[in-house]
Amino acid sequence: MTATHTPAAAKRPTAAHSRGRRPATPSQRPNWLGGLIGWLWLAVVIIPIYWIVITSFKTQSNYYVTNPLLPPSDPTLDNYRLVIEMDFPLYFLNSLLVAVGTVIPSVLFSFMAAYAIVRSGRTSRFLRGVNSLFLMGLAIPLQATVIPIYLLIIKLSLYDSLTALVLPSIAFAIPLSVLVLSNFIRDVPKELFESMRMDGATEWMTLWRLAFPLTRPAVVTVSIYNALNVWNGFLLPLILTQSPDKRTLPLGLAAFQGGPYGVNVPAVLASVVLTIVPILVLYTVGRRQLLSGLTAGFGK
Amino acid sequence: MSATTTGRTSSAVAPKARGGGVLPWLALPALLAFVAFAVIPLIGVLLLSFTSWDTLGTIQLTGLESWQSVLSDPGLPHALWVTFLITALSWAVQTPASILIGVFLAGHQRYRELLAVLYFIPLLLSSAAIAITYKALLDPNFGLGAGLHIDLLTQDWLGEPGLALGVVIFVVSWQFIPFHSLLYQGGVRQIPRSLYEAAELDGAGRVRMFFNITLPQLKYTIITSSTLMIVGSLTFFDLIFVLTEGGPSDATRALALDMYKRGFQANLMGAACVIGVILVLVGLALALLLRRLGGRDPNASQLEGA
Repeated sequence: MTATHTPAAAKRPTAAHSRGRRPATPSQRPNWLGGLIGWLWLAVVIIPIYWIVITSFKTQSNYYVTNPLLPPSDPTLDNYRLVIEMDFPLYFLNSLLVAVGTVIPSVLFSFMAAYAIVRSGRTSRFLRGVNSLFLMGLAIPLQATVIPIYLLIIKLSLYDSLTALVLPSIAFAIPLSVLVLSNFIRDVPKELFESMRMDGATEWMTLWRLAFPLTRPAVVTVSIYNALNVWNGFLLPLILTQSPDKRTLPLGLAAFQGGPYGVNVPAVLASVVLTIVPILVLYTVGRRQLLSGLTAGFGK
Repeated sequence: MSATTTGRTSSAVAPKARGGGVLPWLALPALLAFVAFAVIPLIGVLLLSFTSWDTLGTIQLTGLESWQSVLSDPGLPHALWVTFLITALSWAVQTPASILIGVFLAGHQRYRELLAVLYFIPLLLSSAAIAITYKALLDPNFGLGAGLHIDLLTQDWLGEPGLALGVVIFVVSWQFIPFHSLLYQGGVRQIPRSLYEAAELDGAGRVRMFFNITLPQLKYTIITSSTLMIVGSLTFFDLIFVLTEGGPSDATRALALDMYKRGFQANLMGAACVIGVILVLVGLALALLLRRLGGRDPNASQLEGA
């Protein structure tokens, strides 16, 4: 949710910056304290990540004797081979299915609800109530309700299935998605809705033809945010599944580390790297789409 | 779907008019999903707290029995205290650091944008992956401290109660400072530059500008960020579960973990639901308190500062 706003906010001042001349404003004088903390924090963030990556290419015996911060002298792919042979591709597939199965319905449902709330939130008491309900959902730690969810899933005979993970994840994703999407739909100029209506478009058409394309960056952001939450989710898979072939990646990671191979730290870290790579790809792709979406949004 | 209705369907124009018509139906799927798997469980957690259930047998109504047993258990004040410590200390670490980094990132130099991209990485990792990494990194025998022969870093980080709590707070900060820095970055960029220019003319220095302009202008961002931090830290589960499992000797057994352990390890679902209800109430109370501090219409874009 930050990501959308950051580029949006960044856009205008940057443009203004390059154009007009500017007196010596604070940002032009060096901010030593901020800079020091900024670079220091970079080290704090990067060192563990660097360590994960280099260690994942070390052999187990080398791991114990070499300097932990130096790259391996004889890099090996054995750890990755071991991890891939250990069912990680299956965990990967499970995570992917749960993420896609959650994100598509939750974002579509949230978008429709957000559209309805913005378009008649003032006049319809029902929609006002729905909006308040979702806002309340933001304040409540929904994880506190996992035990009734566990019971519900058992009663629905969905225990130990991927569907069991998808259904509550959709519900958990809705409040924030509706909030962010409705904030963005609210920014669509009223005249555009009016002219769609003049052209005889139905609400359904206006939703997909006007509101959806104009708020695509927000849709992308919300999707990425939800995908990330589900991809990294741990509690729901932990309590709603049981068999090893239903594990998602975080659960697989924890099981791998707690299992017989857990002493092989480089292999454990290789599994960590493998779970990060897809998200890094998504993040890279998403960032670009976010920026292009913003510039294209009001192009014509 | 929209392609099929391209033609002029003038009849559809009418219902739009006053709130009724097709719009409420559009909200229905989201409402149904939310009611089924959030509202009903929310009611369920309250109802189940008056029962006893061991996950296998039948659910029996036992009135206030679970409440009595949980409320008289010294484990509850301990879990509340641990949760409070983690929430308060991680807030106290994260907020100043995030504000400073956010202000730093708000500058428009290109390298700062690169830094922002790198800062974001911890947020992409799962808590499980982060916990596993730190567990290996802090290992007293084979971790970073031992490998580099730095005695200060060679502690039994996860084996001593005080240290383990410190590690949890550090790792939480490591994971979430990036996110909050980005909130503050956005907030700082929305502060009108004219304020700084005016202060500059008055001869105000950087530090005074920070305290007299930046901080007050960030009020709503601070409230948004604090709400997310505090409500979020109530439910820290994955990280603690993988990192310490609540140990050593329950030193990091926060409420969410306590709920899990009572429910899924001790098979006392009624008692676990009591903890669940307490979590919901605490979360709700804190959110209302923070909203009151904000004193703003909850419908007005909460992410404005974001």
